[in-house]
Amino acid sequence: MKHLKKALALTALMAAVNANAQTELTVYTAVEAEDLKKYAARFNEDHPDIKINWVRDSTGVITARLLAEKENPQADVVWGLAGTSLLLLKNEGMLTPYAPEGLEKLSPKFRDRDETPSWVGMDAWMAAVCVNTIEAEKNNLPMPTSWQDLTKPVYRGHVVMPNPNSSGTGFLDVSAWLQLMGEDKGWEFMDGLHQNISRYTHSGSKPCKMAASGETSIGVSFAFRGARLKEKGAPLELVFPEEGLGWEVEATAIVDGTDKLEAAQTLVDWSITRQAMEMYNEGYAIVAMPGVAQPVEHFPANAEALIIDNDFGWAASNREAILTEWARRYDGKSEAK
Amino acid sequence: MPSFHPGKTFMMDSSVPLTSPSRRAGALSELRQRVTGRWLFALLLVLGCAVLSLLVLAPLYTLLSKSVENKAGDFVGLDNFAHYLSSGGIESAFFNSLWVAGLSTLVVVGLAFMAAWALTRTRLPMTGWIRGVLVLPILAPSLLPAISLVYLFGNQGVLKSWLFGAEIYGPIGIIMGSCFWTFPHALMILLTAMDNADGRHYEAATALKASPWRTFWTVTVPGARYGLVSAAFVVFTLVITDFGVPKVIGGQFDVLATDIYKQVIGQQKFEMGAVVSVLLLLPAMLAFLADRYVQRKQSASFTARSVPYRPRRDHRRDVIGAVMLAPTILFILAIIGMAVYASFVTFWPYNLELSLNNYQFGRMDGGGWGAYTNSLQMALGTMVIGTLLVFFNAWLMERTPQPRLLTGVFQFLSLLPLAVPGLVLGLSYIFFFNHPDNPINGIYGTLFILILCTVSHFYAVSHLTAVTALKQLDQEFEAVGESLKASRWRVLFTVTLPLCLPAILDVALYLFVNAMTTVSAVVFLYGHDSQLASVAVLNMDEAGDIAPAAAMAILITTTCAAAKLIQGGLRFWVDRSTRAWRQGTE
Repeated sequence: MKHLKKALALTALMAAVNANAQTELTVYTAVEAEDLKKYAARFNEDHPDIKINWVRDSTGVITARLLAEKENPQADVVWGLAGTSLLLLKNEGMLTPYAPEGLEKLSPKFRDRDETPSWVGMDAWMAAVCVNTIEAEKNNLPMPTSWQDLTKPVYRGHVVMPNPNSSGTGFLDVSAWLQLMGEDKGWEFMDGLHQNISRYTHSGSKPCKMAASGETSIGVSFAFRGARLKEKGAPLELVFPEEGLGWEVEATAIVDGTDKLEAAQTLVDWSITRQAMEMYNEGYAIVAMPGVAQPVEHFPANAEALIIDNDFGWAASNREAILTEWARRYDGKSEAK
Repeated sequence: MPSFHPGKTFMMDSSVPLTSPSRRAGALSELRQRVTGRWLFALLLVLGCAVLSLLVLAPLYTLLSKSVENKAGDFVGLDNFAHYLSSGGIESAFFNSLWVAGLSTLVVVGLAFMAAWALTRTRLPMTGWIRGVLVLPILAPSLLPAISLVYLFGNQGVLKSWLFGAEIYGPIGIIMGSCFWTFPHALMILLTAMDNADGRHYEAATALKASPWRTFWTVTVPGARYGLVSAAFVVFTLVITDFGVPKVIGGQFDVLATDIYKQVIGQQKFEMGAVVSVLLLLPAMLAFLADRYVQRKQSASFTARSVPYRPRRDHRRDVIGAVMLAPTILFILAIIGMAVYASFVTFWPYNLELSLNNYQFGRMDGGGWGAYTNSLQMALGTMVIGTLLVFFNAWLMERTPQPRLLTGVFQFLSLLPLAVPGLVLGLSYIFFFNHPDNPINGIYGTLFILILCTVSHFYAVSHLTAVTALKQLDQEFEAVGESLKASRWRVLFTVTLPLCLPAILDVALYLFVNAMTTVSAVVFLYGHDSQLASVAVLNMDEAGDIAPAAAMAILITTTCAAAKLIQGGLRFWVDRSTRAWRQGTE
């Protein structure tokens, strides 16, 4: 009898939940798996009538998937994908421009420049250098403080970085160096760095993971991954080179052709509310709404001052040429003699 | 010596009625029946070709045709190829691919042949368990050897010194990883080729006083020729199209398969990815043609008159067998053992405290237990649908009268998936099955499309196994059946199926375990409610949770091992009952 009552109560509860969750949105994302539950739960606190069905994978895979589905898009909303990827989708005509409520509160750097933007920003994802303190000590490596430091002979064979042809993080670094130092100096710097690189990886988080497990002393990667690994007990020190850091915006957009436009707009509206920004700030030091961000553990307090004035338009239009030049100079292909 | 063989008895019974004149009229209608029968079988195989075209050829076309289009979709001829070839250094990626795949093939086929020989031509004890250990690599997700190789031979690796200063990141790692995961593929084909040996050849060799060495070269090796060529073809193609191992452990050592990854995942250039895929098809095609050339000379090794071979007692030979098996077994156990250890470690290599925490998937992200149940369902579906499809088609091709051209087309279609990297297959499935004009686009995003994709992905090796098993049965079985007026269908159910049951069970297991562990194609196809355990492993590793990733990988491996045990039990039972049946009662 007791069981029956329980079962009945449970059914009633489920019915209630079902009655509320009337609209289901398919949301594609590259946000860390561990954060997805939190994002959906916080959104549902305000909008219990919209259920989020996540499809998550790494940035490259999700972007390729979205582009391949162009003829018959499956996603209603993209929540949490690199700005560069969204730019590609926008150029393919795959996004519905929408000006969400509160758009004016966002920093102009963090939104599509069109009057009715195709995407709106959430937070920034910035470069960082992961240094394994135990291995660095073993190899007598001084703690680097600048990008230039990494070209010093003492680091020969101790640095790992992502291949920009395979990884967005890798491209973000290369494009930042070229913008910071100018083309000639930038390539000169990379020539020097190349001498010290022990290998290029295909994934952007791999260099930091390799540093965490002592497979390398220094990994050029991004801050978020480094901070999480540190929390998990990795003997890492995160270095934010003083010249400035490349960064990329993580953003939200509505996929063109969705038959749940209203719910999609509700989600995008919510994605740039103050609450949402505070939520992003739990993992990211820089968020799209100025004045919200509190310092985050393992991140520098002046994070916003460290990032470069990234010209995404320049990066996007020169991407092909930069990657070709990079491959010509450093790829295993041209290297193997 | 068994004195009773089914083939022989059929022959004796059949000689009488056909010569009887009173049966002529009946023979005529029988001829008519046989002609319509031929049409029916040909039609069924055409249907088989159509199914494979739908599952492989049509999707592939949607992607590969992009290799001659520009971004906007206009036809541009070979411009993309010219652009890719002129971008520089492609020769070295091509050359790297060739030598890495070639060397891996030599090592794997050599080791697999030694192992197959030891398992079928000696009387080593516990062969069931040894077989179990030898197929372990196929039971494990591909990330597992990658984690183990780094923990064993990486910069913090316990056996780092064994590489004499060389690095695991590069060709050495690629070859070791590739050998590990392709070994069971080669072993499966070679065992099927060598399991049913004709004892009379060995008797003749003994009677002629041939030395064991000579017997080996004149009886054993020629008997396994077909299997050897197939195994080499399969391993070579698998290694050259795989990007998983080179991506994780290859460092910047460039091979063609990672170039696809760079073009498609790194830069979203589908048309260039298509170009590399087409180029990758070339060596695979060559291997395919070479395989076909050798196969033409193949004839049944296990005829209706064959006597199953039973090795005699010979301790010296058994010791040689054990020595041949030892390095492979040790290597496999070391890799798996290291992964098991990795799954208990708190934080490698700085906190080696052991704990069970990594196995609490419910608390972990990336799918948890839900992903695991999805994987199970997907694997069971793949097993049932795949085994039926593969075996029926192989039977049509091998055991029914078919026009040569049709079998050629079918053979090509069934081996094609082998030459297609999973990533390419997965993307092709999006283009084809998600197209708004495709009447069955409703299956996109469901578990069913994952099943179809996985069946196609692993069709080739299953097909080869089924064909190898079927080829070994003498065509006389059907001829005799026909003269007995037992239809081919009846021969199928009463003779062919029981004799092939071991191979069928092998195919079923092969499909099940690959469906449990596959990543490269399905990563593009799962929906929000069909997330898979193998993908969860990758995601956890990507997030830096190496130990939980290893734990999930071990869970998958354990599940596959359980499936293997069940299959082993069934096989044992089938072997015993068919052996008794084959040899009859004295």
